[in-house]
Amino acid sequence: MASTKIAPEKTREDLLIEEQGFDDHFHDHHHGDKYQSNFIMKYVFSMDHKIIAKQFLITGMFWALIGAAMSIIFRLQLGFPEENFSWLKPLLGGWIIVDEAGIGSLDPQFYYALVTMHGTIIVFFVLTAGLSGTFSNLLIPLQVGARDMASPLLNMLSYWFFFMSGCVMFASLFLSTGPFSGGWTAYPPLSALPQASSGSAAGMTLWTVSLVLFVVSVLLGGINYITTVLNLRTKGMTMWRLPLTIWAFFVTAIIGLLSFPVLASAFFLMMCDRGLGTSFYLSEIFVGGQALDHVGGSPILYQHLFWFLGHPEVYIIILPAMGLVSEVLSVHSRKPIFGYKAMVYSILAIAFLSFIVWAHHMFMSGVNPFISNFFVLFTLIIAVPSAVKVFNWITTVYRGNLRFNSASLFALGFVSMFISGGLTGIFLGNSAIDIQLHDTYFVVAHFHIVMGIAAFFGMFAGIYHWYPKMYARFMNETLGKIHFWGTLIGAYAIFWPMHYLGLAGVPRRYYRFDTFDAFAHFGAMNKFITVAAIIVFALQVLFVVNFFYSIWKGKKVTTRNPWGASTLEWTTPIHAGHGNWPGKIPSVQRWAYDYGKDGKEFVSQVEPLAEGELTDGEGGHH
Amino acid sequence: MVAISENTKGGRSKMHSKKFALIVACASITMMFAAFTSAYIVRRAAGNWLEFRLPTVFFVNTVVILLSSITLQTSYHFFKNGKEFMYKGLLVFSFLLGLLFLVLQYQGWLDMTAIGVELTGNPSGSFVYVISAVHAAHILGGLAAITVALVQAFSLKYRVTPKRKLRFELTLIYWHFVDFLWLYLLTFFVIQS
Ligand code: HEM
Ligand SMILES: [Cu+2]
Repeated sequence: MASTKIAPEKTREDLLIEEQGFDDHFHDHHHGDKYQSNFIMKYVFSMDHKIIAKQFLITGMFWALIGAAMSIIFRLQLGFPEENFSWLKPLLGGWIIVDEAGIGSLDPQFYYALVTMHGTIIVFFVLTAGLSGTFSNLLIPLQVGARDMASPLLNMLSYWFFFMSGCVMFASLFLSTGPFSGGWTAYPPLSALPQASSGSAAGMTLWTVSLVLFVVSVLLGGINYITTVLNLRTKGMTMWRLPLTIWAFFVTAIIGLLSFPVLASAFFLMMCDRGLGTSFYLSEIFVGGQALDHVGGSPILYQHLFWFLGHPEVYIIILPAMGLVSEVLSVHSRKPIFGYKAMVYSILAIAFLSFIVWAHHMFMSGVNPFISNFFVLFTLIIAVPSAVKVFNWITTVYRGNLRFNSASLFALGFVSMFISGGLTGIFLGNSAIDIQLHDTYFVVAHFHIVMGIAAFFGMFAGIYHWYPKMYARFMNETLGKIHFWGTLIGAYAIFWPMHYLGLAGVPRRYYRFDTFDAFAHFGAMNKFITVAAIIVFALQVLFVVNFFYSIWKGKKVTTRNPWGASTLEWTTPIHAGHGNWPGKIPSVQRWAYDYGKDGKEFVSQVEPLAEGELTDGEGGHH
Repeated sequence: MVAISENTKGGRSKMHSKKFALIVACASITMMFAAFTSAYIVRRAAGNWLEFRLPTVFFVNTVVILLSSITLQTSYHFFKNGKEFMYKGLLVFSFLLGLLFLVLQYQGWLDMTAIGVELTGNPSGSFVYVISAVHAAHILGGLAAITVALVQAFSLKYRVTPKRKLRFELTLIYWHFVDFLWLYLLTFFVIQS
């Protein structure tokens, strides 16, 4: 089979794999050609997990640029409400309204549409599909020692459902009535009544169709990830020998599989309300001079269903980032991860708790205050496993030989962001304080720091770290460091001031504040935030340039294991073909974090235990 | 799908990975119905709720679908034991029972409309319509799987191979699943009213 290039030199790992590996006769058949014979099968309808990972990543980057650009446009309006934006007319056309004085400003309706699309795109397309999709696909087979996913076909379908979902959402941007504009959470009645606003008509229909396709994509992917982790681990790869990345992806997939179907149900009832005239979410309503037929629906019902997904969803976003960060920090500080088992248990605890806190988004929706107490309690308990993780990351780095490169810096940045944003979560989790803070910029600051920026940082850490595995080249380090420091400072510059706005009661999702006496004096702060946002956006463009430039021009990888990491993906050839390992698949002899052990800098997972040597992570009592 | 069968050889677990994946998928579908039924409970607790009696057809239906599970299981039994005629006959019979279930389900909806419980009225009725319709859609998926089994049963020469056994087992798992799903839904509706 010609497609697998065998590296000229045989490393010690190669010999170990040959000696103790598992021969599954993978390369005896000539099906490799079927996968890689022509361009379309190799790059478009690929069933190779490594290619599918790149498809998820690049599609995610495309959406990240669109989603971020949208935020720049609405931030411009917010920061400079008096300014003339007629120059945006070539891009936005009719959505720029020019008054008699010739001053062009963003159509308020479109402002809401942009805010909604920004949230939807970043949460679902970038930080769910772009993050989990990329790294679960890339790392699960490589790190558990499998040839590919359990079902490469479902895996391919998962990507293409995501792609179709994106196409539908993209099309909705060009509707004459505009895309959906009722917020990423799509609360009824704005979402359930087509006549409620211009975006609630065709825009909402396409939004729902798009997200239903998205749910299918997540479920197909998740089924595969779970099955692969449980069924296709190589010989010797016990659950307690899995790298934390895999634990994170595995638990994320389980959360997704349990929560996304609930969102599908919520959307289904919504569609019935919109299309068939049922009244699940709509009660008696008088709109546009007309009383509607709907009777007895409950908009709160939707909120329950939505947040039953919505809260787990934020952990679907952050857990993979946590997994990546754990791995990157351990490798680059040349120390075993501190408290491996505690890390696993805290992932499990977070996953469990994430299902019983959803009503903390509804303290102000008329939920019974007595019931709120339970949700306050569970919400605050989440801080415990979160703190365990933070403690372990810091202890892992502490007194390590930290290599300061783009990957490890972003991982450290993640920890910083997660701490800052997690602390404000504790404020919001108290229902009494949330009465003041709900729906203000304080919430915006909280979730952008703890979820938005933190997850992006985790993703960047992962990209810089595994880039050599994906493209056999390095990304440019200087540009990477500029990217890191600029983004770190810039992100705090954007979101830190928002806490003050929120404490002063400035509500989120308002088109302009200069016309309110109470908020008009925040004009300068809003300008500052907008300028910071533009700078941070420019830095992300720099990252994208670095990414694509390095695919062709980056420094070449010359050894298989450039970071000196112990996990299995680095035992594959530099250009790993279909099936990942040219000969046998490796068998695993030890846990994933033997760094700085017995005078050795790192010990690969394929290296047998020496006489009398203990391996950690498997209970410790050997 | 060469890659799947090869991949599983590398694994050490006893259950076939396709079977496992199907069970995971069923868990996910279960969550969808858990969402529907808990929405039902939450909405019912809010008051303004129409109580009505479920059409008797729904109970007849339950017998039909349970019967189809038994016949399909028996068909599988005969398939493994070389009784070609019984295997094919019961396969056809199971398919017909599945169809009958859908027809009766439709009759149930007509009966509900006849007593004035319409799709667009009080949510108590809408829930029954919508939940049973989504369930019927899953039955349709099961019927599609049985259709594939039928086509193969009558077009391929009868042989018991691991591949065909697996395919039958997958169909069987899914069919039992949608069957029990209906049993759950009916019990739920009965307890709630
Ligand atoms: C210590 C842990 C945390 C606590 C106690 C907490 C608490 C809260 C509370 C009570 C709210 C509702 C505020 C309101 O709307 O009035 C909220 C909003 C939010 N949180 Fe957290 N949170 C925590 C961590 C996280 C994490 C780790 C993420 C994501 C990775 C996250 C993402 C969000 C998002 C996206 C929202 C706002 C959604 C929206 O209204 O659009 N939170 N948080
Ligand atoms: Cu939450």
